[in-house]
Amino acid sequence: MLDTLKLPEHHYLNDGYGLKSWLLTKDHKRIAMMYLISISIMFALGGFFAAGVRLELMTPQGDLFLADTYNKFFTMHGVVMVFFFLIPSTPAVLGNFLIPPMIGAKDLAFPRINLLSLYIFWLGAAFFFYALFSGGVDTGWTFYTPFSSFSSNTNVIPVALGVFISGFSSILTGLNFIVTIHRMRAPGLTWFKLPLFVWAHYATSLIQVLGTPVVAITIIMVFVERAFGFGIFDPVRGGDPVLFQHLFWFYSHPAVYIMIVPALGVMSELISTFTRKTIFGYSFVAFSSLAIAVFGFIVWAHHMFVAGISPYSALVFSFLSFSVAIPSAVKVFNWTATLWKGSISFEPPMLYAYGFMGLFLVGGLTGLFLATLGTDIHLHDTYFVVAHFHYIMVGGAIMGYIGGIHFWWPKMTGRMYSEFGARMSAILVFVGFNLTFFPQFILGYMGMPRRYHAYPDEFQVLNIMSSAGAGVLGIGYLLPVIYLTYSLTRGKAAGPNPWGASGLEWQTQSPPVTANFTEPPVVPAEPYEYTPHVAREANLV
Amino acid sequence: MSSKGVPLFPEAASTFASNVDSLYLFIVAVSVFFGVAVIIAMVAFGIIFKQKKPGEVGERIEGNLALELLWSIIPTIISMVMFGWGAQAFFEMRVPPAETMTVYAVGKQWMWKFQHPEGNREINELHVPVGKAVKVLITSEDVLHSLYFPSFRTKMDAIPGRYTQLWFEATKTGTFHIFCTEYCGTNHSGMIGSVVVMEPMEYQTWLAGGSTGGTLAERGEKLFSELACSTCHMDNGQGRGPSLVNIVGATAELADGTTVVRDENYLRESIINSQAKILKGYQPLMPAFQGLINEENLVALIEYVKTKSPAAKATPPPAAAPAATTDGMQTPAPTGGKN
Amino acid sequence: MSNAVAHADAHGHAVHHPQLQHHFDTMQQQKEASTFGMWLFLLTEVLFFGGIFFAYLLYRMWYFDAFAEASRDLDLMLGGFNTVVLIGSSLTMAFAVRSAQTGSSSGTVRWLILTMILGAVFLGVKVVEYSHKFEVGHVPGPNFHSTSPWAAQEQIFYSLYFTMTGLHAVHMIVGIVILAIITRMAAQGKFNESYHTPVEMTGLYWHFVDLVWIYLFPLLYLVERHN
Repeated sequence: MLDTLKLPEHHYLNDGYGLKSWLLTKDHKRIAMMYLISISIMFALGGFFAAGVRLELMTPQGDLFLADTYNKFFTMHGVVMVFFFLIPSTPAVLGNFLIPPMIGAKDLAFPRINLLSLYIFWLGAAFFFYALFSGGVDTGWTFYTPFSSFSSNTNVIPVALGVFISGFSSILTGLNFIVTIHRMRAPGLTWFKLPLFVWAHYATSLIQVLGTPVVAITIIMVFVERAFGFGIFDPVRGGDPVLFQHLFWFYSHPAVYIMIVPALGVMSELISTFTRKTIFGYSFVAFSSLAIAVFGFIVWAHHMFVAGISPYSALVFSFLSFSVAIPSAVKVFNWTATLWKGSISFEPPMLYAYGFMGLFLVGGLTGLFLATLGTDIHLHDTYFVVAHFHYIMVGGAIMGYIGGIHFWWPKMTGRMYSEFGARMSAILVFVGFNLTFFPQFILGYMGMPRRYHAYPDEFQVLNIMSSAGAGVLGIGYLLPVIYLTYSLTRGKAAGPNPWGASGLEWQTQSPPVTANFTEPPVVPAEPYEYTPHVAREANLV
Repeated sequence: MSSKGVPLFPEAASTFASNVDSLYLFIVAVSVFFGVAVIIAMVAFGIIFKQKKPGEVGERIEGNLALELLWSIIPTIISMVMFGWGAQAFFEMRVPPAETMTVYAVGKQWMWKFQHPEGNREINELHVPVGKAVKVLITSEDVLHSLYFPSFRTKMDAIPGRYTQLWFEATKTGTFHIFCTEYCGTNHSGMIGSVVVMEPMEYQTWLAGGSTGGTLAERGEKLFSELACSTCHMDNGQGRGPSLVNIVGATAELADGTTVVRDENYLRESIINSQAKILKGYQPLMPAFQGLINEENLVALIEYVKTKSPAAKATPPPAAAPAATTDGMQTPAPTGGKN
Repeated sequence: MSNAVAHADAHGHAVHHPQLQHHFDTMQQQKEASTFGMWLFLLTEVLFFGGIFFAYLLYRMWYFDAFAEASRDLDLMLGGFNTVVLIGSSLTMAFAVRSAQTGSSSGTVRWLILTMILGAVFLGVKVVEYSHKFEVGHVPGPNFHSTSPWAAQEQIFYSLYFTMTGLHAVHMIVGIVILAIITRMAAQGKFNESYHTPVEMTGLYWHFVDLVWIYLFPLLYLVERHN
């Protein structure tokens, strides 16, 4: 029985000091931490743009910003949040840090490519900042042609190139994960003993590797149109603007699964740990990640039901879009069933898990309205869609990411954080989020279009509610920055396994040594083994 | 002007609006049911199975195949119902009835220009009679736009380079919103207007009072001779170009052996990009008018050519051609019929 | 099977092959990971080129006459010559890999240099073709110039031609740079029978770039040439 735990003497954070030891590191854990700082900065930037949007929308008139400025704000909010925050988030931070220890490996298969991936991310972000400081971009994050190729007067090319470059960061991460998971598992660790977090990242990596190249070539085509006056989507020369949409959404729909599937992986770890039970229906949950990855590639034109595609093709894509909802539903049901006869406690990560479930549920169910042709015609390009995807991306993906950060923070830093602060944050985020986005469903059905700088008076009350919620949400996101940073120097030492979790990463010290393990980890007979001994160990903290 | 209806819904002012609303409420009901069920389970289990003493673990339950099948199959069935009803509502909204009046809509940064065949032109306002099916042929002069009537529950993108269409039959008089719902630049949120639904008598009065320059077809006839179309396209077929009598809606064979339905999109393309679809037996002699005719005049020409096919409106052809044509740019034959 | 040189026991563990990176357990694992990684990367390249191939196929279907006419204005001789050159460079690359596998450093260097030369020839010919197109005003955009009735859609053909062959050329340049690095490593005797993975991986990449051209050539140069 220990009274106080101490931080271990040697770990990856003090294994070499100085800028060079970080910037030239091959250690996946250091790379993950550098990603953490980078994407947090991008998140703050994206949040700043969101604040501008919500402030403007408090009044029906466009009286805060010029129309062009507003258009730049919502565009850059989308570009930053999608390409420079959400796509990397869980995989680049948590995936990078945890996949090697979870499979009993010393590092990813290609550590230098991992570092390259980080540099490429920085380079892409640099292009974006250049565009931002030279006037911004106003095409919408979707860059539809011909507006983006011929009409917009803003810095489309640097932003397009920034997104193009950052795509390679995503591809290389995915490639690294796939090879690592296939080739570097500890002896005895078969596929069906892997944590579901690993399955989720495997599925995500497949999407990253197969989908991202298509948006890359699409951006190249817009680039040559705009930079050289080439004609590929130009209707005057016989080009088809709708072709752009097909190519764009062929990636961008799977991209949304890149953003959510890792968070689904986090969820399995949280639910299992805080019910002290294996996940109900392990193989179903594992395969559902793969099913989402596969089906995600064949539904893209559900973004195009009113774009002039043939009604028959609309029928096909509507039908297929329901298919991708089913595996997600299966996960939710399995997690709920896991709660049955569990031994449940509500530490902060579990609060995030519960919050995720509720919000992901709403987000997923509202997708049904959009997959259904009859309602989508009315709802397309209205605030209903905005609400739907924010429920998934923010209520789902971001809550999953932050929940994961709270769960693995002790492992990554060796420190515990303020439990009160964390609970406050989870509650504020949950309440603020609903207040921000639920009114938008109603606004959408009432007909309020997206990307509107000014709107008819009757939409104001709901817009004010939404903006007020955004304020609460912002505070909820600010709190962790404070207490997590504080914990770095003042937090209690965590010990190897403060939550009593299963998983090989909890068998090593916190923070881990550079090689992850000082002695080979013990591969359990089954995934998610909980014994009273392990759980009791946890409560020594 | 306003369209204030019940706070949660815009007014339902078209023949298919209430179907859409019912479908919407059905999905709401299903969502609420499953959402509440899961949330209650989560909360209840969270309370009932709270950890009782330190070190306690949960029971190891691997899974249950019957449950997995149950909660995969039931959502699948419900999804299929949603899909089916959605598809039905969709076809209702996309397939106009045989008899419609036509209006042309041209979206341009940042306004909507509407043209009635009788010659009336409107900007950002569209007058229509109640109780009559209206087909709107839509295009854009510059970038993508989208024509949205929330109270009719329908919208369709405006694409430069081709015609798309939507249709509706208004069931109530009144003034309702028109929005552009495809981001198009600076004044996207200013590209709004109203659709004014009037009693048929009032509509006729309004029509009579507003047109300058004759009907669309009359303007088209003038353009047809001004632009020297009549030199080659003689009604008796003796000219270097094919006769334009009774061609609209019919299927024809092209020089390369494929077939095409000669609808508004075909007519438009043949004027703008005349080499694209040469009719069998004719030479590629027609000059291309790309950049020489604006969208409004194109519409006038097309309306004029349509007057030479008086039967076309009443007997819509089956849209069988799509498989045979190689032109993916065509929308499904907008002259009515199965789309 | 090991020519593993005794590795200074600075990290205090068993002797291993000097090229074995520390996060791998065996050379076998390292090689398998590298090979798997390269194939995966080539798969991403297939998707990358695939997007623009799709756009090409669509427009060719819609505007066949325009595409045929524009294609006839491409130089079949030069294109054909380039195809032979590139296939030849794949042959020399394969020989380079063989030399590395049999431990012949000088052979490896020779064949790699030959591959680079052939690659450079290919690029040189492309420069000739591009400048000719520039002279006759076939570069799409404001300076495009054609009297064909299908001039507008020919711009689409040329836009795709320049983008596709341009991207291919970029891949070739990157390939030549990588070849130069591998050649230097070979000259320094870094490869032998038990370790030559970088040469093999470069070979895979180079063959892929060749394969892309083998698709590009008929699609771009051989549209309706039988007339």
